[in-house]
Amino acid sequence: MSKMMAIFQRELSGYFNTPIAYVFLIIFVMLGGLFTFYVGNLYERGVADMLPYFTYLPWLFLILVPAISMRLWSEERRSGTIELLMTMPISVWQAVVGKWLAGVVFVAVALACTIPLWLTVNYLGSPDNGVIAVSYAGALALASVFLAIGSCMSALTSNQVIAFVLAVSAGFVFVTSGTPIVLDAVRVVAPEAVAQGISSLSMLTHYEGLTRGLIDVPAVVWAVSMTAFWLFATTIAVELKKAG
Amino acid sequence: MIRFLKDRMSALLELKNLVKRFQSFTAVNRISLEVPAGEVLGFLGPNGAGKSTTMKMAAGFLEADEGSAHICGVDVAGQPELARRNLGYLPEGAPAYGEMSVMAFLRFCARLRDLRGDEAREAIARAVDRTDLGGVLDQPIETMSKGFKRRVGLAQAILHEPKVLILDEPTDGLDPNQKHHVRQLIRDMSADRAIVISTHILEEVDAVCTRAVIIDQGAIVADGTATELRKLGPDKARSSSLEDAFRHVTAPVTADDQSHV
Repeated sequence: MSKMMAIFQRELSGYFNTPIAYVFLIIFVMLGGLFTFYVGNLYERGVADMLPYFTYLPWLFLILVPAISMRLWSEERRSGTIELLMTMPISVWQAVVGKWLAGVVFVAVALACTIPLWLTVNYLGSPDNGVIAVSYAGALALASVFLAIGSCMSALTSNQVIAFVLAVSAGFVFVTSGTPIVLDAVRVVAPEAVAQGISSLSMLTHYEGLTRGLIDVPAVVWAVSMTAFWLFATTIAVELKKAG
Repeated sequence: MIRFLKDRMSALLELKNLVKRFQSFTAVNRISLEVPAGEVLGFLGPNGAGKSTTMKMAAGFLEADEGSAHICGVDVAGQPELARRNLGYLPEGAPAYGEMSVMAFLRFCARLRDLRGDEAREAIARAVDRTDLGGVLDQPIETMSKGFKRRVGLAQAILHEPKVLILDEPTDGLDPNQKHHVRQLIRDMSADRAIVISTHILEEVDAVCTRAVIIDQGAIVADGTATELRKLGPDKARSSSLEDAFRHVTAPVTADDQSHV
């Protein structure tokens, strides 16, 4: 555990030792505000809640979370430090989880930076703060899945740009797989069970319930199993590609 | 039986028939070595001969296609975490996390090595003293010269007083004073340890190695002390320079050479 925490702390301080953390935080908060007030029309809706923010958040995550995950393993391979790390008395999974956890905490910090938005809607009216709290938890769970996917993509290449593009593409597939356009297209060529299966893997299907304040078992199972699967895939990818 | 066990135990690093292939290319072809405590083994060979690949397999970073590597009797592939406890490894190019200061980097390595509290502080102080890094502890590694980076890499390798040290080109990029210092450090540490250093600087063999092997095209072509290697030169009657011997055993056979055979 101590070794995993050492990796976690190094990775987290690595974000803040470079401009990437501050650039990310500023853009994340600015775009969040933009989506809420302009695209989501917070004022015109006349409802004091954060639904506009949380509705657009998966799309914001789709682009911004891969910017956090892209360096996790690519940078280790590019700089050769992976050789140092993988000859230390630690297991691959400790390194994989430690790094991923640093990304999760970093996104949690980014989400915490949007708390003024929460305070604003409380100032404007009386929102259901329970719903907002569940939505925040759901957002963090969503980011955890995105980070696990991004971590795996980062382990596949020593090029951060490729890792970013792969993570956005994979994330896009999981976000859009629940949309009617994709499901209708699938129904044309495959049975309904396949369409249902694809829908159950989609992020939006599970995330929508959370934004309404519903913590249901399938959503939790989805987030935990998707994260576990992609972290496991990262472990395999690191083992296979570490020297390549 | 006791003698057999003693011999086995004294070989702190043992490589047996290591083979590594990259697609159809065989980078390492059945390399076997035993390095007992007290020995500093020089690993020589032309560029691309398979030195670094062999060291990566010995350190457990690369998986061997065939054969095995044991550190203090522990199989590197079978029990990697246990085997690595007794290993100090300086990878080629001495990679380190550039944005970290020297102190932060060594603290990080100490934690990964399970060193805590006073034990970690003492280990770091000892390694810093041995590698002469005292003046640059708060400096980010990425701002340092190649020589300093190499010393940081050496410091992390010796931090936990490992029984086996595998150092890939430890003196590369160092000035003559620093080279002398690092060689002295290697000699000082060699008494109860097995040390393997790869190098293409032949003077290193005389300066620090008790034994050297030359590898070419993935296989060992010479193995012995500096004096024994000199006898492998082109003139069998006289002892040649190490460079002549090296060239003689590793240079590709030309048409001209063959006409003399």
